Amino acid sequence: MSDQKTDQMTGAEIVIKALKDQGVEHIFGYPGGAVLPIYDEIFKQDWLHHILVRHEQGAAHAAEGYARSTGKCGVLLVTSGPGATNAVTGLTDALMDSIPLVCITGQVPTHLIGSDAFQECDTVGITRPCTKHNYLVKSVDDLAEIMHEAFYIATSGRPGPVVVDIPKDIQFAPGPYMSPEKISKASYQPPKKGDLNGIREAAELIASAKKPVFYTGGGVVNAGPVASKLLREFVGLTGYPITSTLMGLGAFPASDDQWLGMLGMHGTYEANMAMHDCDVMINIGARFDDRITGRLDAFSPNSKKIHVDIDPSSINKTVHVDVPIVGDVAHVLEDMIRIWKETACSPDKKAIAEWWQEIEGWRKVNSLGFEKSDTIIKPQYAVQRLYELSKGKDVYISTEVGQHQMWAAQHFHFEEPNRWMTSGGLGTMGYGLPAAIGTQIAHPEALVIDIAGEASVLMNMQEMSTAVQYNLPVKIFILNNEYMGMVRQWQQLLHGGRYSHSYSEALPDFVKLAEAYGATGIRATNPSELDEAIKQMIDTPGPVIFDCVVSKDENCFPMIPSGKAHNEMILAGEPADVEVSEEGKALV
Amino acid sequence: MMMNDQSIEAHTLSVLVENAAGVLARVIGLFSGRGYNIESLTVAEVDGEAHMSRITIVTSGSPMVIEQIKAQLSRIVPVSRVTDLTVEAEAIEREMALVKVAGTGEKRVEALRVSESFRARVVDTTHESFVFELTGAKTKIDAFVQLMRPLGLKEVSRTGIAAIARGPEAM
Repeated sequence: MSDQKTDQMTGAEIVIKALKDQGVEHIFGYPGGAVLPIYDEIFKQDWLHHILVRHEQGAAHAAEGYARSTGKCGVLLVTSGPGATNAVTGLTDALMDSIPLVCITGQVPTHLIGSDAFQECDTVGITRPCTKHNYLVKSVDDLAEIMHEAFYIATSGRPGPVVVDIPKDIQFAPGPYMSPEKISKASYQPPKKGDLNGIREAAELIASAKKPVFYTGGGVVNAGPVASKLLREFVGLTGYPITSTLMGLGAFPASDDQWLGMLGMHGTYEANMAMHDCDVMINIGARFDDRITGRLDAFSPNSKKIHVDIDPSSINKTVHVDVPIVGDVAHVLEDMIRIWKETACSPDKKAIAEWWQEIEGWRKVNSLGFEKSDTIIKPQYAVQRLYELSKGKDVYISTEVGQHQMWAAQHFHFEEPNRWMTSGGLGTMGYGLPAAIGTQIAHPEALVIDIAGEASVLMNMQEMSTAVQYNLPVKIFILNNEYMGMVRQWQQLLHGGRYSHSYSEALPDFVKLAEAYGATGIRATNPSELDEAIKQMIDTPGPVIFDCVVSKDENCFPMIPSGKAHNEMILAGEPADVEVSEEGKALV
Repeated sequence: MMMNDQSIEAHTLSVLVENAAGVLARVIGLFSGRGYNIESLTVAEVDGEAHMSRITIVTSGSPMVIEQIKAQLSRIVPVSRVTDLTVEAEAIEREMALVKVAGTGEKRVEALRVSESFRARVVDTTHESFVFELTGAKTKIDAFVQLMRPLGLKEVSRTGIAAIARGPEAM
């Protein structure tokens, strides 16, 4: 009995102890009435580093950046009511992109729940559809188990965000602590190993292919660095071409000859044509997202499709596949390589050589080409220079959402996974700056750059204060075209050039803005000064806002217009008024 | 490649869940959030010790949508088992209804006569009304309610469908 007594802690102490036992070192948060007891415990210790954000959405995206760049679980702590609702965008973002997060929210005391108390909201109700799982802790006796289970669920299977909502009285109440190893791993047991028969069937199909293509996604990154290593090995063994989704960039090195570049709406011509014309598609850890498939009934019409995914609900969701394999990408690839070697699978060399010839023809189109200029900075050129001048450094890139994001994906090249933090599924403007902050916290010595648009970055600009407070040397590289560029592009192509509210009116002077925050501001307006300015940015030890003034009306090409198929891409320099069906216009 | 042109069919799904707060909301939220149909839904605890509840859902959609619904249900953390009773087993489906019929004279006699042929039980009687309790397949209850309509039907309360597979095996 006396033992049990000494095990008693307050709820707030249990939370902190659980974080310690889960190996958490950093937590992003914002205090408020309903989490004061937890903040009091944070005050009393020195191993847990709390990063004070300026808005709870920033906390969530920072935790995402931290998680994405480390493979660890991101943790955030917010108060009840508005603290929780502000975090919702970040939670949804993490759900869409399968990022492991644990979000601790304060809640009004148990006896006030349901009374419309001050700063009360139905947090578990609001976050139910935007989390992998959530909990309202009703008894302090359950708290330790819930905390550990939250980490387990967030990080296992297909990762995702988990909310633990803790009423304030529970934070004060004494209760028992249990260490993680004493927790029963619940009923939640996601599969790891893929079905061997399926893998064997896939290996045979892959070996028999004449026009194969690997189509890989964020699942490879989520399966850890070992999955990327295995992917490289297997793709190397086959000699087949490989493309990837936005979320999967870096899992396969962009410098490799087999790399076709990104696919999808703004993917390369060669990647999309290979997808359209292939006879065997090998989808590893991607989910046939609508940005990828374009018009579904014309999507890769003649291919047999293999789909490796850890989430059974991703299989046959929008595209019917012939060989589904449910499992962790790393495990499946390991078995695949073993079977490939055991059965001495070998590709049809002649057919593959012909296929590569066809692909080379598409490559010659040079779909990422753009018209250069001596007088005005082209946004693509700016990204290319940024890439060249940061080469060889320990670089992590985050982005906001829009044209700049696509240009970054097209023109910044990644050799390693976990280097690319972007909001793919939800497409959250305002993601990049806080994500860069989270990334920089995890990698203090690295060069972390948020490739931004002037409209997106203003959505979470307040996080500059966070960067300055913790002396995080993040570089915010704004491609400033004074437009919500992607909105403007769609209005040009689909709405007769009626630029309804897409002009960035009344912009701040970004250099002065940086200075107002106590950071460094740099502006470049001419291509001739760009390199020097970028070097200056990289060499500046603290946070920098770089206002890169670029051409205003540049469109992001190539592009598969909505409602069109992969082989109906429009390229730069082609007539810009696209005929899009009414049905296509209705798509996003 | 899309298969959404396939025929729509109804499926009865049995979902075994942890009896915890919010689980039913998650299941229902999944259906409304993803635009799936719910034609019938029943839920009750079936194992008090293990804290397990059983949700029986009748839904409809193309085979691809039905597969998707099952996969989506399975990935809800507190869901321990999803069985499609329409394809995995020959199943018995039953629904219970309480039907209030008011009237006098000929209609009252006729209502009682019909109820007997349906093997409905009279569970409440006044001089001008009956409450019938009726158990059976959904179609049987539909037919009963239809017949009662001209005989003074006042109110219907139905439980929704409970279903179980035939034979010795558990789900």
